[in-house]
Amino acid sequence: MANLIEYLSFPFVRYAFIAGVLIALCSSLLGVTLVLKRFSFIGDGLSHVAFGAMAIAAVMSISNEMLVVMPVTIICAVFLLKRSQSSTVKGDASLAMLSVGAMAVGYLLLNMFSTSANIAGDVCSTLFGSTSILTLQGTDIAICVVMSIIVIGAFVFLYNKIFAVTFDETFAKATGTNTEIYNLIIALITAVIIVLAMNLVGALLTSALIVFPALSSMRLFSSFKQVIICSAVIAVVAALVGISLSILFSTPVGATVVVINIVIFLIFSAIEKARG
Amino acid sequence: MSQLICKNLNVGYEDGVVASGIDFAVESGDYLCIVGENGSGKTTLMKTILGLTPPLSGEIYFEDGLSSKSIGYLPQQTLVQKDFPASVFEIVLSGCLSKLGRRPFYSKEDKALALEKMQKLGIENLTSKSYRNLSGGQQQRVLLARALCAAEKMLLLDEPTAGLDPAATNEMYDYIKKLNDEGMTIIMITHDLEESAKYATKTLNMGKDGVCHG
Ligand SMILES: Nc1ncnc2c1ncn2[C@@H]1O[C@H](COP(=O)(O)OP(=O)(O)OP(=O)(O)O)[C@@H](O)[C@H]1O
Ligand SMILES: [Mg+2]
Repeated sequence: MANLIEYLSFPFVRYAFIAGVLIALCSSLLGVTLVLKRFSFIGDGLSHVAFGAMAIAAVMSISNEMLVVMPVTIICAVFLLKRSQSSTVKGDASLAMLSVGAMAVGYLLLNMFSTSANIAGDVCSTLFGSTSILTLQGTDIAICVVMSIIVIGAFVFLYNKIFAVTFDETFAKATGTNTEIYNLIIALITAVIIVLAMNLVGALLTSALIVFPALSSMRLFSSFKQVIICSAVIAVVAALVGISLSILFSTPVGATVVVINIVIFLIFSAIEKARG
Repeated sequence: MSQLICKNLNVGYEDGVVASGIDFAVESGDYLCIVGENGSGKTTLMKTILGLTPPLSGEIYFEDGLSSKSIGYLPQQTLVQKDFPASVFEIVLSGCLSKLGRRPFYSKEDKALALEKMQKLGIENLTSKSYRNLSGGQQQRVLLARALCAAEKMLLLDEPTAGLDPAATNEMYDYIKKLNDEGMTIIMITHDLEESAKYATKTLNMGKDGVCHG
C-alpha cells in the first residue's frame, strides 16, 4: 500500500489512473446499450479492425497512430451497423470476414514491413495492451480525457433517447424519433471507445471492458438506471483495483483489469444464485 | 370528422406488394378492427400508417390535426423486451419521447402524465417493479400505458391480447373499450372475430378486397 502511494506521487502514474478509469467508465456506459441491443459482437469485430488499422499505421511509420486508427474504425462501425440492420445472416458473416481479415492482414503487414526489432513484442502489446500503462504518453492521455468527457456528456444528454431506442426501436420510430441518428451516434461512440480502450487493454481485450460490467450489473439490478449506474461503478472499481495491482505486481494492465471484472462477475452471479 | 383516410393504398416491402387496394376512412371516435389471416399484411399496414415503412403506392392523409407522432402504438411484442432490465415507470415514461424534442430530460408534466396513464390501467402499484418479472398480461398493460402517453387522439393496437389468458384478454378489451368511450379512436388488429363484432364500429378484412365494412 505504501508502495502504491509512493507511485502515486509521480504525475505520470496519476495520469495513467485518470485515463484508465475514464476509458473503463465510457466502455461500461455504452456496454449496457450494446449488450441489450445484441450489438456486443460489433464491438468485438471493431477491435480486430482497430488492430489492422494500427498495423497499417505502424508500417507507414505514422507518428500519431490515432489519426489512422480512429477514422478507419469509425467507418467500419457505420458499415457494420448498416449491415446488421439490413439482414442478420449476411451482417453476421460480413462481420466475421472483416474482423478475421483485419487481423490477418494486420499481422502480415507488420511481419513483412515493420522496421521494429521486436515484432512479436509489438504485436503482443497491440493485442493485449502494453505491459505497463505507465508508457502512455502525455498526448495519448490528453486525447483520452477529452474524448471520454465528450462520450460521457453525450451519454448523459441523450440518456432518455438511448433508453427508448434500446428498449423498443420500432416504438421510438413510430413516435417520430429519428432512430437512425441515434444508432449512428451509438456506432460512432463505440468506435471511439474501442480505439481509446486499445491503449489501455489492447485490441483483443476491449470487448471485455464493454461487456463485463453490463452483464454483472444485469445479474442484480432490474431498472435501466440502476444497471447503468452499477456498471459504471463496477468499471471504475475494476479499473482502479486492476491498475493498482498491475503496478504493484508488475502484471500486464489489460489482463489484470479484465480478470478483476471477471471476479466481480462471478461474485454477482453467486449473489444472484443465493437470492434465488 | 375524419382523422385518417387511406386511398387505394398498396403496402409491402422492397421484395413485393403484401396487400393492395386498401381503402378506408377512420372517423373520430371510431373503433376499427383489422382482421385477416397470418401474413395478410395487417402489421405491414399498421407500420405504413405510422410511417415506419413507406407506402408502395396510394395515399394516406391525416386530418383533425393528427400526425403519426400523436398516435399511440402497441406493437406486436418483440423478443428483445422479454428480459430487458427496465422498471415499469421507465418504460411507460418512454412513451413521452416525442414530447422531449431537443430537451434531454423528462419534465414534471411528462412524469405526471405517465403516472396518470398507469392509474387508468390499474398498474400504478407496479411503478418500480421490473418489467421482466411481470406476467404477460401485466407486460401488455405496461406497453398500453406507454402507448397512451403518446396517443392524443388515436391508438393503434397490434394483437393486444396475443398470449393472454381469457380473463386477461377480457380485461384488456374492457380497458380498450373504456378508452374508446372516452373518445379515443381505436384501430386494432385481432384474430378474435367475436370480440371484433362486439365492439367494433368498423371492420377491415385484409386479404380479400381491402375494403372497409362499416
Ligand atoms: N421487414 C420485412 N421485409 C420483407 N417482408 C416482410 C417484412 N416483414 C414482413 N414481411 C412479409 O410481409 C407479409 C405480411 O406480414 P405481416 O407481418 O404484415 O402479416 P400479419 O398480417 O401482421 O400477420 P400476423 O397475423 O402473423 O401478425 C409476410 O409474408 C411477411 O413475410
Ligand atoms: Mg402482425
